[in-house]
Amino acid sequence: MAEEVILLDFWSSPFGMRVRIALAEKGVKYEYREEDLRNKSPLLLQMNPVHKKIPVLIHNGKPICESLIAVQYVDEVWKDKSPLLPSDPYLRAQARFWADFIDKKIYDIGRKIWTTKGDEQEAAKKEFIEALKLLEGELGNKPYFGGESMGYVDVALIPFYSWFYAYETCGNFSIEPECPVLIAWAKRCLQKESVSKSLPDPQKVYEFVLVLKKKFGIE
Amino acid sequence: MSKGGDVVLLDFWASPFCMRVQIALSEKGVSYEARQEDLFGGKSELLLKSNPIYQKVPVFLHNGKPLCESTVIVGYIDETWTSPPLLPPCPYGRAQARFWADYIDKKLFDAVRDVVLSKGEATEAAKKELIEILKVLEGGLGERDFFGGKAFGFADIIAIPSTCWFLAAGKLGNFQVEAEFPKISGWIKRCMHKESVAKIIPDPEKIYEFVLMMRKMQGIDQ
Repeated sequence: MAEEVILLDFWSSPFGMRVRIALAEKGVKYEYREEDLRNKSPLLLQMNPVHKKIPVLIHNGKPICESLIAVQYVDEVWKDKSPLLPSDPYLRAQARFWADFIDKKIYDIGRKIWTTKGDEQEAAKKEFIEALKLLEGELGNKPYFGGESMGYVDVALIPFYSWFYAYETCGNFSIEPECPVLIAWAKRCLQKESVSKSLPDPQKVYEFVLVLKKKFGIE
Repeated sequence: MSKGGDVVLLDFWASPFCMRVQIALSEKGVSYEARQEDLFGGKSELLLKSNPIYQKVPVFLHNGKPLCESTVIVGYIDETWTSPPLLPPCPYGRAQARFWADYIDKKLFDAVRDVVLSKGEATEAAKKELIEILKVLEGGLGERDFFGGKAFGFADIIAIPSTCWFLAAGKLGNFQVEAEFPKISGWIKRCMHKESVAKIIPDPEKIYEFVLMMRKMQGIDQ
């Protein structure tokens, strides 16, 4: 069956990276289309009229929006390779809980680190480390959140690693001394081609953040 | 029927998040014990221990194992007690249902709460936001009977509980939710015809009284 898979994305988006990793894990061939977020394509606006955001996965002309929903979709359609969610309902629920936690905490708090300063930034840094420590607790001494192999939570979280350098540099702090287990996990994930090919160079992300800071007039 | 085993829900009667879980359990015919938490007086040890991260209701315990976050819990209920299914069988239909559940979960109740627990200009701003969200939902529902399509399902369960707060939002925001959104209005009626929904959703007048009490407690009203 001829499959047409298109991903509308933006290179530095951790949400887009999640879908890239999922597709790579499943060995799915797809067309990557870079969106100009200041000038969104008619296709993006048509495929995601509610949020008008990337990523949008388009499978045989039908759109799937919201990164975690797209990852679950990819997991269900291409189910014969590299399952991302476990088969046990309780473990699946736990995985969804932690992916939701990552969604609620990591992006927004991380954003505060590079968009604020002074007390507000200090509070954001503290909250960020606390959230990472909770994730470390969940990882325990497993190689991946998914156990012996990468799973749903790994895919949800690892993209943010490409933003750590930017957070650390803007916030003048270091994550590794606080969360060595998590950093070891991240480096383990990066050994996988599906991840290393999907994540941008952290230096480029940092340079992009500097451009944004200038644009938004952030000191 | 229950798959055997102990099902406990740490609950609060006015919480739409808790109502979601009760409706799902009811749809599946699962027996459970709902324990009311005193959210104002003091949360139970079990709640704090089972949900250390958020310390909120609902908390669902199946044979002592806790789960938190209502959409996660409803998904678990659907996968554990598989009949009747709350999600369609095909991956695209499931993705659509999850999309609407996610939109509703992220947006709807927060907007309603912002209308009812505010005053003056803040209420006007919150009302505008709620109306925008309802417009999206009205469009999303389209000509379908339910967000799930022909059958009541996952997205409907996530959405319907917030609607018992619409009376309060209408009175405090001075607008008519159901009159301005006929499709949503029709969908609410269809959902309320279901026994699992009708027996769980509290009387909107009681929610309104609860809201007035919260407003006094928070110093919004004298």
